Amino acid sequence: MKFGLVLKELHRSENELAHHLLVISERHKVDHEIYHLARDLSRWSQQHVRDIAALAGNYGENLDPEPRSEAGLMETLREKGSEMVGRRPETGMLLLRDLREVYLQACGVSADWELLAQAAQGMKDQDLLGLAEKCHPQTIRQMKWANGKLKESATQVLVS
Amino acid sequence: MAQIDRIAEPWGTRTPYGAGNEWPVRVDTHLAEGVAPEDVDAWVQTASLLHSNGDAMDIAVKDNRIVGVRGRAVDRVNHGRLGPKDLYGWQANASPDRLTKPLIREGGKLVETDWDTAMQRVVDRSKALLAEQGPSAIGFYTTGQLFAEEYYTLGTIAHGGIGTNHVDGNTRLCTATAAEALKESFGCDGQPGSYTDVDHADVIALYGHNVAETQTVLWTRMLDRLAGPNPPSIICVDPRLTPVAKAATVHLAPRPGTNVALMNGILHEIISNGWVDQEYIQAHTVGFSELEKEVKNYPPAVVAEICGVPAEQISEAASIIGHAKRLLSTVLQGFYQSNQGTAAAVQVNNINIIRGMLGKPGCGILQMNGQPTAENTRECGADGDLAAFRNWSNDAHVKDLARVWNIDPMSIPHYSPPTHVMQMMRYAEDGSIRMLWVSGTNPAVSLPELARVRSILKQERLFLVVQDIFLSETAQLADVVLPAATWGEKTGTFTNVDRTVHLSEKAVDPPGEARPDLDIFIDYAHRMGLKDKDGQPLIKWHDPESAFEAWKECSRGRPCDYTGITYGKLRGGSGIQWPCNEENPEGTERIYADGKFWAHPEYCETYGRDLITGAPVDPSEYKALNPEGKAIIKAAEYVPPHELPSQDFPLQLITGRTLYQFHTRTKTGRAPELQAAAPDVWVELSADDAGSYGIAEGDLAEVETPRGSVRARVRISGIRNGVLFLPFHYGYWDTDGGHQPDGAGRAANELTITDWDAASKQPIFKTAAARITRISAGDGPSPAPTTTASAPAGGFPDEARTKGITSALADEAGGTEGGAR
Repeated sequence: MKFGLVLKELHRSENELAHHLLVISERHKVDHEIYHLARDLSRWSQQHVRDIAALAGNYGENLDPEPRSEAGLMETLREKGSEMVGRRPETGMLLLRDLREVYLQACGVSADWELLAQAAQGMKDQDLLGLAEKCHPQTIRQMKWANGKLKESATQVLVS
Repeated sequence: MAQIDRIAEPWGTRTPYGAGNEWPVRVDTHLAEGVAPEDVDAWVQTASLLHSNGDAMDIAVKDNRIVGVRGRAVDRVNHGRLGPKDLYGWQANASPDRLTKPLIREGGKLVETDWDTAMQRVVDRSKALLAEQGPSAIGFYTTGQLFAEEYYTLGTIAHGGIGTNHVDGNTRLCTATAAEALKESFGCDGQPGSYTDVDHADVIALYGHNVAETQTVLWTRMLDRLAGPNPPSIICVDPRLTPVAKAATVHLAPRPGTNVALMNGILHEIISNGWVDQEYIQAHTVGFSELEKEVKNYPPAVVAEICGVPAEQISEAASIIGHAKRLLSTVLQGFYQSNQGTAAAVQVNNINIIRGMLGKPGCGILQMNGQPTAENTRECGADGDLAAFRNWSNDAHVKDLARVWNIDPMSIPHYSPPTHVMQMMRYAEDGSIRMLWVSGTNPAVSLPELARVRSILKQERLFLVVQDIFLSETAQLADVVLPAATWGEKTGTFTNVDRTVHLSEKAVDPPGEARPDLDIFIDYAHRMGLKDKDGQPLIKWHDPESAFEAWKECSRGRPCDYTGITYGKLRGGSGIQWPCNEENPEGTERIYADGKFWAHPEYCETYGRDLITGAPVDPSEYKALNPEGKAIIKAAEYVPPHELPSQDFPLQLITGRTLYQFHTRTKTGRAPELQAAAPDVWVELSADDAGSYGIAEGDLAEVETPRGSVRARVRISGIRNGVLFLPFHYGYWDTDGGHQPDGAGRAANELTITDWDAASKQPIFKTAAARITRISAGDGPSPAPTTTASAPAGGFPDEARTKGITSALADEAGGTEGGAR
């Protein structure tokens, strides 16, 4: 059965999203809503990683329950860097690029959850379906957040 | 007529009344020393501008000077009563340090100039920036203390003339969450309740709302119910031992930042016990099943752990609320300025909605305002929303507004939500906002993380215009200062939280060359040459009454319909509640009667936001969820605050208000009786914490957060363990520092975090991790008032208790005498 691949891919993509949200949080520390919200939303993906890993054993997959961690030094460096360049207009373009990336990543994760939910229905697997029903709506909220911030920020960055 | 010290007794003498009866009249008066009522040349009608209650009063005028005030017995809001800030605050108008001439910055210094020169400088810079960068370079930041006519003019200039969506009011700091919570639940701003609900309620639940200090006359009404037959039960949610908490049947003092968990716990009990109106839910709401599902995760035992409140207290409060026959719920800063403000305030709405308690006497919600004219900032578009609750993401609404203004719809920026003030500060920081026009507010003291705010406002590359009545901390940083007239010196209308519109008439001339804000805005529009699409001036009005008539037309057919109100109708009698139109010629006491809302997709003000992420809801999604425009029940999960106590900062800091001061004290700090009652900053902590830190009443202590430090004298109060409280009023205008600390910090906002609610964009002032250190012993008790939430916890010397200076005696007259006017 190819289902293990779906789980592995979802585990990977949620881990990536969690990590990237943390990275943009640090990189845009002076954009306070991005800083705080990206951290909050990263926690959702981190929890998804744990939840996926907890079920993976039932399908013969051994997935790490610990979300990919952050190196402390890099974090501080990025935050300091953010504060130093925060008064320059170019940071706006970087923000748009990062939000666009989060949006696309979250879309990918969302598609992965759809694959998993379809498989779960085919296998009549309630546990798996329950997991998708719990996690997928949060992925969609992450997507909408990134998209909303992108729209909200774009005009000022692009026409100023 | 009796005389009473209204500093020592802020709520005056009781006039008890029973459920369903009319609140008795009591007329409060205070005149300058040596002036008798018969000496007064004229009594000029107005309402209070020093808090948000909307107390109607008359200004006493003698020899073109304001010499006192008297409550208006005929008014529905206050039945003649006035609060201490009303009784004494008017004296600030005549302060010798009022701004009387425009100022411009020359060689680094502010120097006096004439209006032409000052306005030309503003216009030249505006035009240059528009040519070079466009409207995105210009931002407007106004207040909750101007008049409707002025906000409407400002909103029209910004949205319709300049074309910027960088428009906000300091209502963002006090009332943005009230507006957002109403929009989320009912699709539109607009207060479901009425103050008369106090007359009928059998349960009044106050959430983070220390009404005794913020709206003294509304609390007086509640006290009179409590003193009468069949008094209501009071539920109080507040980490401080406020006067409300002392009068409460149940007082819940949750850990700061955990309000959503607490509300979910209460809702859990209400739903699991079946204390809901299923018929109402079926007929008039959407979203109940999501709420049911969410609150299942919050049984009292779990909530007790999160909030640090006994589970039995949560159940008891829920049972009282659940058994209420007429439930009035009120909410203020304890919810709005805390973690998850909108989500928490929406859960209060949910309680009234699922109990079917809306639109009937005693059944109401008051999502309170912090400032006197905050409602107008919101409805006139000066908070960035489109005028008259039009929906920026509904093209038909934008088109309709363009019709009213006779401009091209494309000229109205509606491609994204309006820029809130914290984001404007960010744009000023990154250099993309290059001109900021601040009117009637003082961000250099009232915004969070002041060191950052000052560093932004001080930038050479930012052109800062400040329009004010005093040289505030912010004005000291300006490039151009425009001297404004204030309450009593200009005419206009304003609207309080229960939608009551009052007329405020000019009583005396403004000092020197100071001008009404309305005249300043209109002058700017004309000098800028702002035109409609036919080449006619965009601003087609020239004085308060013509501005009001224009605003009425803009409001026609919208929820806040003013078309049935005229200046003439407001003169002489009581204030009038909107909507007031052909169908409701005398106004509307309660909206949402019979479960009818303004939430239809084609009519609503907003499609809402995700309560956690703040992402705007897509129009098509809203239409699918709520095609018939019912009330929207929105659930929310608890999310911990972003800054939690740590080893270095083990306490939680909350900031707030005191009864005797308003905002950054520009007026109340210049009224001798008020200033004497609360002369300087203090810090509150509990007796247990004081013991652990070896701190005594009156000691000087330093409060620190990762952002700064403040020194203050200590008051040991009834506050929750682990929590510190600082009043936010005290800045630097009356210190050697001028606009910034000269040595130790004094302003609470040196310490607060730059963080805001994702849905309402209201900054969070009530969850910062902090520590406290004793610096030295004091020579007596701290300067904190003893009559209020800052009352001392233990034994206290009588002579140090708060009382008025000799001029604080005010008159009180009972119903029959008061009726003589």
